[in-house]
Amino acid sequence: MKTTNFALVGVGGQGVLLASDILAEVGVEAGYDVKKSEVHGMAQRGGSVLSQVRWADKVYAPLVGNGEVDYLISFELLEALRWLQLLRKGGTAIVNEQRLPPLAVSSGGMEYPSPEQIGKALAAGTGAYHIVPALAKAEELGTERATNVVLIGALSRFLDVPEEDWLKVIERRVPEKYLELNRKAFAAGRAL
Amino acid sequence: MKALLSGNEAVARGAYESGVVFASAYPGTPSTEILENIVQYKEIYAEWSPNEKIALDGAIGAAYAGKRSLAAMKMVGLNVAAEALFYSSYTGFDGALVIVTADDPGMHSSQNEQDNRYYAKFAKVPMLEPTDSQEAKDFVGLALEISEKFDAPVLLRMTTRICHSSSVVELGERKAGAPERKPFARNAMKYSMIPGFAKRRHPVMEQRLKDLAEYAESFPYNKAEWGDRSLGVVANGVAYQYAREVFPEASFLRLGMSWPLPEKLIREFASQVDKVVVVEELDPFLEEHLKMMGIEVAAGKDFFPILDEFNPGIVRDAAYKAGLVKETVEPPKVEMGPLPPRPPVLCAGCPHRPVYYLLKKYGLVVNSDIGCYALAVLPPIATTDTLGCMGASIGVAHGINKAGVEERAVATIGDSTLWHAGMPGLLNVVYNKSNTVTLILDNLTTAMTGHQPHPGTGRTLMGEKTVKGDFEALARAMGYEEVRTVDPLNLKETEEALKASLDANKPAVLITRSPCIFMYDKRPGLYEVDSERCNACGRCFEIGCPAVVRSDEIDEKSGKAKAEINTILCFGCSVCEQVCARKGIHALEG
Repeated sequence: MKTTNFALVGVGGQGVLLASDILAEVGVEAGYDVKKSEVHGMAQRGGSVLSQVRWADKVYAPLVGNGEVDYLISFELLEALRWLQLLRKGGTAIVNEQRLPPLAVSSGGMEYPSPEQIGKALAAGTGAYHIVPALAKAEELGTERATNVVLIGALSRFLDVPEEDWLKVIERRVPEKYLELNRKAFAAGRAL
Repeated sequence: MKALLSGNEAVARGAYESGVVFASAYPGTPSTEILENIVQYKEIYAEWSPNEKIALDGAIGAAYAGKRSLAAMKMVGLNVAAEALFYSSYTGFDGALVIVTADDPGMHSSQNEQDNRYYAKFAKVPMLEPTDSQEAKDFVGLALEISEKFDAPVLLRMTTRICHSSSVVELGERKAGAPERKPFARNAMKYSMIPGFAKRRHPVMEQRLKDLAEYAESFPYNKAEWGDRSLGVVANGVAYQYAREVFPEASFLRLGMSWPLPEKLIREFASQVDKVVVVEELDPFLEEHLKMMGIEVAAGKDFFPILDEFNPGIVRDAAYKAGLVKETVEPPKVEMGPLPPRPPVLCAGCPHRPVYYLLKKYGLVVNSDIGCYALAVLPPIATTDTLGCMGASIGVAHGINKAGVEERAVATIGDSTLWHAGMPGLLNVVYNKSNTVTLILDNLTTAMTGHQPHPGTGRTLMGEKTVKGDFEALARAMGYEEVRTVDPLNLKETEEALKASLDANKPAVLITRSPCIFMYDKRPGLYEVDSERCNACGRCFEIGCPAVVRSDEIDEKSGKAKAEINTILCFGCSVCEQVCARKGIHALEG
């Protein structure tokens, strides 16, 4: 089976780590060898978060270097730019349409990149990029906390894995009372 | 059954399956989740000890009691526990002990980079290094078997990337039943290290090292994996995995046991390949040994960096420079200006923030410690002058005050850190009479590593109720006369207490007590800026709260941005309300 490398990036508290847990388990469900890598501790506290997931027949390294990621899934616009160099030539970026200005912007003197700058950088750094309203879809369903599963749904369209494998893992990972919400979130993402 | 486990979860599972009955640790990234996962196995007694040395002493005691035990710590924790490591290497055990050291190449969450493989050589004990979660689990059992067979503590070296990466693990059953209660195996000549007895243990230990080196020759995870013999790669730990990606055709000598090294196996491997390269994270531990054996190393630390954490890209770039691979991987070139950084910051509502706001105001020399409040080193707070290691703040402040500078030096130290390594320093200040003010930033939890209980919380790792340590009583028992406790979210009260502590001009303790925001069920309030009153003076920005942000509204007189409060981030601590001179910030109703 084809080796596929994913990077999930965002801001501490956005649910990046749960999304990467789901993605890793879907890989196992689909019959791949899987490794997942992330960093805890000081990296949280509202800082930039990176998690990597790899699917292959046999995975050695739990992470890859710059230029080797097939899919960059960004939970935030600025973070997509920060980690863009991970993407291989021709790679795909799926970016949640959400701006979370860091302290350097909100009370410091720096500027958040403009939509034009973001579009230009994504066009230059990817084979294809998709800015998706995952946050808006999650809010329509009643909670921004479902953004991560909407994004997983959006990613699922690009991968040759049966829909039931995704749903099986979501059922396993999500508490009973949020299950229906997350099924809807996944479907909304898959329809984007 | 198979499961996707992180390296830390796998170590916990390994402890369970291999019959460990006692496990101890002090929280420290990247090792924390080991004990957090061990506690789910009811067959294992598990504790957060006040520090790593106490954790290791306890695990040694359990091994003296004839049981299997485990102590876990981050790599700098082994510095704290080093004295216990050395004596336990002399004594060995009736039972067995594995010591997990979690190194942090790249310093994701540490004050220095250190390669704890040297501790194995230094203390003359064996060390195993897993390359994934399956091995992390299996090596716990192997380490305990080696410990039993060779009467030695065994180090298990993890690194951040092994601890926090998940891979597929085959789960097994717990092998041992309930441990039997035997009489203590009294043997003072073996377990009481007075010089006369220790002298007799030292040659035993030297012989043990020779026996272990012989064992290493047939250790199943020390093995040659033959491929193209024009290149032979010697590697261990996660670096082995990176090298596997970069040199898919090469021959490998994979060393699962990093100390002592199997010299015969290494010589044989080296003689059968055209050239030898060594790929290892941090220091040239293997490389130096190979060179000492007279083996030529075609590429080692001259190409593969001594600094920082590796990834396959770094290993590939180094291999390319060394002429070992024909091409490297380049990401697409994208032109973009400097991006606004997003470092971790103290949370909105954090009770540490107002303390540093005041310390800055008084121009004090601030000596700080290990915890969330280390974030006060960086802008926007930027109010820390020195920060070394667990407990260093108080001793350093004492030294500065004794040596004398124009400003007063103070110490800031968190509650868990005070219990860990702050008490002797606190005692030194009052015993040797310096006018140091020690601020104990008591947020009632071990916040940075994920809110573990500690001796001041009244709870144990296993969820039992217990005594609550009392800082006020502690300071008084040490002889402090100046002991004050304030709520740091009350700026006026805190400032008065700080002034009084400084003015007393003698040893003083100021406890600033307010729970970490994660201890609340819901936020206590929410604030907003009255833009009519705001004149963009910027005082509220000086607190450095992520919830206090620049508004789009510009003050006409000054031309500066007015303030606004991000209602999603605001926790309701009220500190911005207290600093506003124009009463322009107020609580929202409801």
